[in-house]
Amino acid sequence: MTETGHSAGGSAGLFDEVRAREIIGGLAGLQGATLPILHALQEEFGYVDQRAVPLIAEALNLSRAEIHGCVSFYHDFRSAPAGRHVLKICRAEACQAMGVEKLVERIELTHRLGVGGVSPDGGLSIESVYCLGNCALSPAALLDGEPVGRLDAKAIDDIITQHTGARA
Amino acid sequence: MSARIFVPGDSAAISVGANKVADAIRMEAARRGVAVEIVRNGSRGMLWLEPLVEVETPAGRVAYGPVTPGDVASLFDARFIEGGAHALALGKTEDLDWMKRQQRLTFARCGVIDPVSIADYRAHGGFAGLEKAARMMPAEIVAEVTASGLRGRGGAGFPTGIKWKTVLGAEADQKYIVCNADEGDSGTFADRMLMEGDPFTLIEGMAIAGLAVGATKGFVYIRSEYPHAFRVMEKAIAEARRAGSLGADVAGSGKAFDMEARLGAGAYICGEETSLLDSLEGKRGQVRAKPPLPALKGLFGKPTVINNVLSFAATPWILAHGANAYADYGLGRSKGTQPFQLAGNIRRGGLVELAFGVTIRALVEDFGGGSRTGRPVRAVQVGGPLGAYFPDHLLDTPLGYEEMLAVKGMLGHGGVVVFDDTVDLARQARFAMQFCAIESCGKCTPCRIGSTRGVETIDKIIAGTERAKNRAVLDDLCQVMTDGSLCALGGLTPIPVVSALTHFPEDFEKPGGLRLAAE
Ligand SMILES: Cc1cc2nc3c(=O)[nH]c(=O)nc-3n(C[C@H](O)[C@H](O)[C@H](O)COP(=O)(O)O)c2cc1C
Ligand code: SF4
Ligand code: FES
Repeated sequence: MTETGHSAGGSAGLFDEVRAREIIGGLAGLQGATLPILHALQEEFGYVDQRAVPLIAEALNLSRAEIHGCVSFYHDFRSAPAGRHVLKICRAEACQAMGVEKLVERIELTHRLGVGGVSPDGGLSIESVYCLGNCALSPAALLDGEPVGRLDAKAIDDIITQHTGARA
Repeated sequence: MSARIFVPGDSAAISVGANKVADAIRMEAARRGVAVEIVRNGSRGMLWLEPLVEVETPAGRVAYGPVTPGDVASLFDARFIEGGAHALALGKTEDLDWMKRQQRLTFARCGVIDPVSIADYRAHGGFAGLEKAARMMPAEIVAEVTASGLRGRGGAGFPTGIKWKTVLGAEADQKYIVCNADEGDSGTFADRMLMEGDPFTLIEGMAIAGLAVGATKGFVYIRSEYPHAFRVMEKAIAEARRAGSLGADVAGSGKAFDMEARLGAGAYICGEETSLLDSLEGKRGQVRAKPPLPALKGLFGKPTVINNVLSFAATPWILAHGANAYADYGLGRSKGTQPFQLAGNIRRGGLVELAFGVTIRALVEDFGGGSRTGRPVRAVQVGGPLGAYFPDHLLDTPLGYEEMLAVKGMLGHGGVVVFDDTVDLARQARFAMQFCAIESCGKCTPCRIGSTRGVETIDKIIAGTERAKNRAVLDDLCQVMTDGSLCALGGLTPIPVVSALTHFPEDFEKPGGLRLAAE
């Protein structure tokens, strides 16, 4: 655990109600505005704070239960802040065929990081996804939204060393 | 005049360094005082050659690849801008075997043009279909699409023209066109490549559908795993609006059609059409019972055409060249071409558009060159996570909707995923059940509970616990899921499981306790 208290995500309590209202107000006019709003909030704060739920419900004239149901249904929306960097690893068939499960094992056993969690220093979230549409250059991942193809042990080690306090 | 250099901006190409190569070329050109114009085209689909750099020469486009930033100086030394000789030189792109042997109708422009240049699109035949449609009666457009024999490319293979006819016949104050760009099937990326490499073709197809059924508003629902495709689509929509191909008077038809791109949120089930519609409406993506059909009561309860990206994208060609020309391609009731996607453990992975009827083996061996690891190919999964695993003796099956059903598989979205002989089909069967459990929308018990029970049961079989009894339990579960699920997620998950049990029984009979079950 080296780096602490960084910018995006990092620590809880970043939620800003005024900013949230602004975002919600800007998108509430769209048809079926719930998903665009949730995406925008997550983009801004790194997760969807519970405190945003009543604000969205009010703006869209829906019940809190409906909005809450939506947030919890979709895999994308986080209820807690992510790490400063996010690695999404594809674990679907084409990536399995090129050994992604061995890489996952390496992350878990060698680097002792949990897939589905944040590194202890808050530097890196690692998430499982199922297909990134890069199946001919598998194993595939997205690092902070940027595609990475033909992942191998070295690439995984580099990503982890660069984005966490850990030394592989 | 500056030299035109093409460096794909496709996200697969970017995943292996295309942005760095583009930067390196820009810097090296500046250093040498050479004027260049770098076009970020789509991918040609030869993904194993990415980043594939092309230059425009008087003789045609010449290709170099796979290029790394470290190769750039030597490419300039070799005068690659004029098509000079270099170790990475592949010759004229059009003459490459992989390209020459395809029948590219839908993907004719992908990788060729600047994806967001209307001028480039027009110069390569773009909007010819829409302009024709703008002068036709709605029923004539529908008849043309019906006569082409086009069937839905999203998986179910329903005739597109018939769906459009239902929506045309429905009376309503508002109708919608929805494009299913959720492309959740593992092993598939054709929708992504088209949206990134030739987005106007999709826009044109959706506009044609709008004119055909009298819909004025469209949505393209793109999965959130495709942030790059989403950005390109948004840009292309804005450009099309500026050019008058979208808006109040589409292509001079006097009719309005406009559209928006929307992002999904990481739920496989939102590829199912009714779940997608609920998601677009801002709800949890749960499957709706049918009837009513979306064609009659779809988005916001209004008549809605919902089609896959490739279904819409086939229609500009059909309108421009005629239904018969399209129907001349194909096999039996599978008319036209399918963009197949070669993926997984394969030497030459990528996109191959061919008439239906090509065999799995021709794709895997002739185009794909066998496994990437060089080991024997043991299993090929066709049609995504709900598709069957085929052993060698079924690889000569021709790819068509009915032909795949006849061998207890399905064509799905045309994905072909190769595994070498290290694959363990018991683990793959377990994964199929696990995936269903993760992605189930929870509406019906056979899917929600059955898949979790399926995982547990396969674990017991793998561990060697009461194998005969657990085999019977698994068979029962598969039957219940097949018969009792509301949608194809629960209903088709048994396909990969049963295919693994049928074709690779030995993987379920290995001594128990030797292997750790996959998590
Ligand atoms: C679980 C499930 C996932 C699906 N995923 C997709 C998808 O990602 N893309 C798609 O076009 N169709 C998908 N479909 C099929 C759609 O329900 C629907 O048949 C299709 O959008 C109709 O368009 P088409 O006729 O052009 O194929 C899926 C179906 C199911 C049951
Ligand atoms: S089969 Fe599964 S995904 Fe489909 S409706 Fe039932 S629970 Fe939902
Ligand atoms: S299966 Fe991993 S990117 Fe498609």
